Amino acid sequence: MSRKPFIRPVPTASWWLHQGRYTRYMIREATCILIGAYSAVLIVGLMRLGEGKVAYDAYLATVQSPAGMLFHIVALAFALYHTTSWFNVTPKAMPLVYAGKRVPGGLIIGAHYIGWAVVSVILLVLVGA
Amino acid sequence: MARSNKPIVWSLFAGGGTLAAFLTPVLIIITGLAVPLGFMSGDVLSYERVLAVVQNPVGKLVLFGVIFLQVWHAAHRLRITAHDVGIHADTAVMLVCYGLAALGTVATVFALLSL
Repeated sequence: MSRKPFIRPVPTASWWLHQGRYTRYMIREATCILIGAYSAVLIVGLMRLGEGKVAYDAYLATVQSPAGMLFHIVALAFALYHTTSWFNVTPKAMPLVYAGKRVPGGLIIGAHYIGWAVVSVILLVLVGA
Repeated sequence: MARSNKPIVWSLFAGGGTLAAFLTPVLIIITGLAVPLGFMSGDVLSYERVLAVVQNPVGKLVLFGVIFLQVWHAAHRLRITAHDVGIHADTAVMLVCYGLAALGTVATVFALLSL
């Protein structure tokens, strides 16, 4: 280990704005902020639920206010970005071999999208029914 | 071999990332958008109905699993990303990120067990 590691000087706040793929990388990384914030909204909801109907209904009103809806729309956009970026690297993250041959990446990715659609529809039907 | 906590945080990151990829978009639609946009009736999120779900042991377990994995996935990615925006104090970053995730986990457990 060197005593004084070299750190290449880069503009710390803006380096990722100059190239499309760096920007997409940072959008992908930023999805965690929205997923974390949405988790916090769910946790607060559980806590309000425990405080009774009045507290829970007030929470629902906040979630369903224009500001609450705006937050959820932004969170949804980032969550979808997370989903697509996550699925699209699955052939690299977990390459599959079947009968001595590499399973084509498109097949692995496609299977994830189909599974995603099935899970989402099942949940929507279960909750809405 | 040196002991490392990497496999633990990495498996939480990967597991949480996979779960979030499959479930988070539809969950956001259900809990945040479907009712105010008129896709679902308000009864779907009514106090009585959500309470019944949370009081069911399977419901508790599913909710815990979803929230737990989501927060640890987010915390680990945030820790790694801090480096990319010039914050290199990894120990402090780790304490903040994993601390928030631990706080969220504890709050979730308390809320679920008290219902």
